Amino acid sequence: MKEVAVIGAGMTLFRRHLKETGKELSFLATKMAMEDSGLEKDDIDMVVMGSAPDAFDGIHMKGENLIDGSAAVGKPYVRVFNGGGTGVFAPIAGWWHVASGVADICLVVCEEKMGNCYPHPQTAFRHIWDPILDRPLTPNLVWLFAMEMNRYMTVHGIKKEDIALVSVKNKRNAVGHPCAQLADPNITVEDVLNSEIMAWPVNRLDISPPSDGAAALIFCNRDIVHKFTDDPIYVAGTGWSIDSTMWTNRDLYFPRYVAQAAKMAYKMAKIENPRKEIDFAEPYDPFSYKELHHLEGLLLCKKGEAPILTREGVTQRDGDLPVCPSGGLLGVGNPIAATMGQKVCELYWQLKGVAGKRQIPGDPRIGVAQAWGDIMQMGTVILLRRG
Amino acid sequence: MTDRQVCVIGIGFTNFNSITPDIQWKEIMYEACKKAYVDAGIDVRRDVNSFITCAEDYWEGFSIFDEFVPDQVGALLRPCCTVCGDGLFGLANAYMQIKTGHINIVAVEAHSKISDLLTFGDIMLHAFDPRFERPVTGPVERPNYGGSPEYTPEAPKPLVGSSDEKERIHPYFMAGLEMQHYLKTTGTTEEHCAAVVVKNKKNAFFNPYAEYEAQISIEDVMKSEYLFKPVKRLDISPNVDGAICFVLADDRTAKNLGIEPIYLSGFGYSSETPWLGTRGMNAGYATISAKMAYKMAKIVEPREEIDVVEVDDRFSFKELQHLEALGLARPGEAKQLIEEGALEINGSIPTNTSGGSLGVGNCFEATGMQKALEIVMQLRGHAGKRQVANAEVGLAQAWRGIPSGSGAVAIFKRG
Repeated sequence: MKEVAVIGAGMTLFRRHLKETGKELSFLATKMAMEDSGLEKDDIDMVVMGSAPDAFDGIHMKGENLIDGSAAVGKPYVRVFNGGGTGVFAPIAGWWHVASGVADICLVVCEEKMGNCYPHPQTAFRHIWDPILDRPLTPNLVWLFAMEMNRYMTVHGIKKEDIALVSVKNKRNAVGHPCAQLADPNITVEDVLNSEIMAWPVNRLDISPPSDGAAALIFCNRDIVHKFTDDPIYVAGTGWSIDSTMWTNRDLYFPRYVAQAAKMAYKMAKIENPRKEIDFAEPYDPFSYKELHHLEGLLLCKKGEAPILTREGVTQRDGDLPVCPSGGLLGVGNPIAATMGQKVCELYWQLKGVAGKRQIPGDPRIGVAQAWGDIMQMGTVILLRRG
Repeated sequence: MTDRQVCVIGIGFTNFNSITPDIQWKEIMYEACKKAYVDAGIDVRRDVNSFITCAEDYWEGFSIFDEFVPDQVGALLRPCCTVCGDGLFGLANAYMQIKTGHINIVAVEAHSKISDLLTFGDIMLHAFDPRFERPVTGPVERPNYGGSPEYTPEAPKPLVGSSDEKERIHPYFMAGLEMQHYLKTTGTTEEHCAAVVVKNKKNAFFNPYAEYEAQISIEDVMKSEYLFKPVKRLDISPNVDGAICFVLADDRTAKNLGIEPIYLSGFGYSSETPWLGTRGMNAGYATISAKMAYKMAKIVEPREEIDVVEVDDRFSFKELQHLEALGLARPGEAKQLIEEGALEINGSIPTNTSGGSLGVGNCFEATGMQKALEIVMQLRGHAGKRQVANAEVGLAQAWRGIPSGSGAVAIFKRG
């Protein structure tokens, strides 16, 4: 097995980009990553694209449409996909392209353009349900996650105030992020609790905003990494896992699939005590409770302990275990697959020490990023470490 | 650990049928996977480390098809993902996963349940660039941003859903353009292409799972009507439903299981520009992927070293075009090969012995898998009446279909 290094990252502004097409967003992110690493288009051996449902762009075989935006014309190019988990899964695929020895340099691009959906991207989610069992209930995602949040609160006796703290923390963290869509330095718990109720117990400010954007990462074989940087960041471990389609048949209070993926990644990285050995985390936070849920799934705390850590300030940027120092999806925005930007690219920037205002104090050596997808069933985990 | 080899240890497939209204996509996937696990002699819940499905959302009719995969392939709480591409792209990713040294056994599944689609042509049209290319195919319902559109008796609502709509051109027109180019630049005639149809539909008689076998003559093909001139009705491979599963493993695991492995010794894939207007018409994707695969499999003289070939023949001329692009024939030479009978089962380059897409049917993302399946059966010596004598090395090639410019090649060798 080859060791895999990360040598460049790029990320566009997260907004509703009505003027740019998906290709153009991919191009912007790709260009930034190439300039960051000092590579030219011809240096790239293979390309991986991550993009969530085709229905957002309204283009069948969306991956094919994005080829020229991601510097992949004439190159081996593949699109991988597992719903919301794609943002962390695409870099995992990039890892195996290089770790296998097939590619020396692999570019990973993640693009999402939800703004094409009229009137709201939620309409594209009408077709993610089982046509016979679920669709007659006319479900929608907020409705579904309200059930999961309720279950999580009920099992552990968690108050909404504790969960609102996550929104406050992440939206404040996002203030230093140049790509952020919903940063707010003055937000309070009351603001979150008093925002409109979408489906109890989910309030408007508990939800990350739909967005358009793209992010890119460049992976490189350890043997040649000295050509590009003296201070490489390595992929320490990867893991991914899926649970049953039948979301009705499992207890929603704990994401077992995330735990399974995390165990796979920790085993690869030879981590025995994640809470002690991992310096910071970027769990997927499309809803405020999900950050807590995923912290428990990542085995970074005991079941039901995540709200306590949040209340005690452990997960603040200057805390003992900084969580979502980027501002996460709640603060920076949620263009499904392009959240690779706040998750995996953020690990790279933090470990490299170039995160600017978002930089974690101290000397972070190892970080974990996680995403979650499909109908509450997919966990994807990646660990990056410094040199 | 990168010196470990990757081999096929199990194959499973369903029968291929033109329509399957009685079963769900989950059922055909289950059948193919179960057969593959039995073939490999493994317990899926204990032994398989990773699962890959090759699917596109729009073909399946879902927004996130990945959700509907794990149960029937046995992937609960296991690594599982979707590769949006042909089955050969899935095999390539499985190869890379195994080569990392962290994963030993991978199951790759691809299927077609295309008969569920009522709007085949319109879905395909959705793969064209919405701004520049879709309008080329004729009047499409205009987006109405102000609310629901108003239709008058003089300008009624277009028949959305009918691919045969008179005023809209079916995306297969691309094949017509490309065939014209191919015929003109190589001096191939429509009769040569018709001979491909005759050969493949004849081969399909010996293939129990093929759906579209037929005893026809070149005249029959020439008499069928032009749909996208010069493409005639019988030049097009008809759609088919079915599922295929491969189990791949590293050579040591295969040895421990006591299986005589078929090695996946090389693969290649490549994409041309998505812009139809600036793309070449010579299957450049096949040339680049073949180059990559030959290098990986250490093949110098493909014509000499490869014993059996399965190339994409979703349109009859594509078989000839792909043979040239793969370097198995010189440019313009393929017409001679089909004339001389070199592409027959007992010829010098046995091509599409399974019946190809013309004989088996167009199985969309499973097309490459069907090609690879035939190669593995040939190398195992399990191909029955269509067996090629002494087959040691085989090549499978597939293209992602209109309007894509992506394709893949896989090379298999007997252990």
